[in-house]
Amino acid sequence: MKKLFLSTIAMYVMLAHAFAQTTADSAASSYTAKPLTLDEIGLVSSYYSQTGDHSAVTGGRGNETVTDIANGLDLKFVGWENGRVKHTLTASVGFDHHTSASAAYVSKTGASKTGGTRIYPSLNWLKENEEKGTSVGAGLYYSSEYNYQSVGVDFQVSKKTNTNGEFSAKVNAYFDKVTLIYPSELIPKSTPGSVIYTSASHTTTTGGSGGFNIPTSPRNTYSGSFSFSQIINKRLQGSINVDLVAQDGYLGLPFHRVYFNTGKDTVENLPSTRYKLPIGARLNYFLGDRVILRAYYRYYTDSWGLSAQTASLEIPYKITPFFSVAPFYRYYKQTAANYFAPYEAHKTTDQYYTSNYAYSAFASSFFGVNVRIAPPNGIFKSKLNSMEIRYGHYSQTTDLMSDVISLDLKFK
Amino acid sequence: MHKPLFNKALVAAFACLLFASCANVKEYQKSRLNDSEMSLSSRKVEKNELNFESYREGASGANGGKTGGGCGCN
Repeated sequence: MKKLFLSTIAMYVMLAHAFAQTTADSAASSYTAKPLTLDEIGLVSSYYSQTGDHSAVTGGRGNETVTDIANGLDLKFVGWENGRVKHTLTASVGFDHHTSASAAYVSKTGASKTGGTRIYPSLNWLKENEEKGTSVGAGLYYSSEYNYQSVGVDFQVSKKTNTNGEFSAKVNAYFDKVTLIYPSELIPKSTPGSVIYTSASHTTTTGGSGGFNIPTSPRNTYSGSFSFSQIINKRLQGSINVDLVAQDGYLGLPFHRVYFNTGKDTVENLPSTRYKLPIGARLNYFLGDRVILRAYYRYYTDSWGLSAQTASLEIPYKITPFFSVAPFYRYYKQTAANYFAPYEAHKTTDQYYTSNYAYSAFASSFFGVNVRIAPPNGIFKSKLNSMEIRYGHYSQTTDLMSDVISLDLKFK
Repeated sequence: MHKPLFNKALVAAFACLLFASCANVKEYQKSRLNDSEMSLSSRKVEKNELNFESYREGASGANGGKTGGGCGCN
């Protein structure tokens, strides 16, 4: 963890130094074509720390302590076609390292490894026609960690209306593979030369001969996101966002235990399809000269019987035009999914079962503060164009608590 | 009021507010609307918050966060 932290600091310093050597010619003249040039470098780092006592690995009870350090780097290239059509290419890479106390208990004796690293590169392209008020874009995503691989694609379009509104639509698909790492006492029996894994309702693929490779099971996610934003007056604007999400495949995790009311344990079993419908709305209002109200509400329902409501309010206060402090509060409440029951509460006759408290009924609060500095000539007149620091404290009625601190640096 | 009905009414009221009362705002009148704090998307610095919320809570989406990809296993 210490090495990762130090290498992150070193990466920041090197990138800032390297970027300082580039020319400052990034202003696009109005009617000339310009090739893609590096326009912006973004770095986001977060540290997350969590405590809790309802780990899904140990059947809904047990240590849930998690720490995670996440780093993301974005390189944004901008080019112009005929001075009116803007092309933006964004190449990103993220890497996270986590430690998880409960991961040790994938093995019954607590001997499993407790840490892991995730790497996730992505590539996005966006073409914006300023004259027509349209845009079209596409993206490619990849994510890899020791027990999970994901490949994703998306495609998006948008169109501005002549009444200060904008419609946008995005479709995306993720094709994931879950490695079937079971709790040590529940590893399926194998026969020499072939491994037979059965999981109530899912197709699995077996590994190499002799069963030395652990098999994987697919999980696919398809979603359509639609939004409409509208300027209402000189101080007020809002948007409505609707997502339609369909998932199929292995939707549980193979190392999540469930203890039946008989005391016998097994692996959680969830339906192989799930449909989600979140509807969100944002409303931002500039109050006077210094205060902004950023409000958000979301209603969510899905085919597993879970429904939720989220409301948040953030109030940026502009101490100067370029320096703001924004306290925020978010409240969230959900009902339990049909398939959730706590430790030793499921019956052996249940078709589907999980003791993952993310599917239990609970409420949560999240509050904190966001500080943003973005002077017009850069911070200390350097290439560092803006900086945001954000801290939040999160608590659930399940007793899960966490703290997260994030830093966003933008170099131009 | 019945709860689902209340939710629908709230969404409908918000939609009416958006669609019905729009003034014609000229480009030169958008200085406040163009302020970066007025952006109608999540902040970039919130990216990892949105991730952990989607892993620790049953609901996700409609906020610019991820709707798939990545495990969030721990």
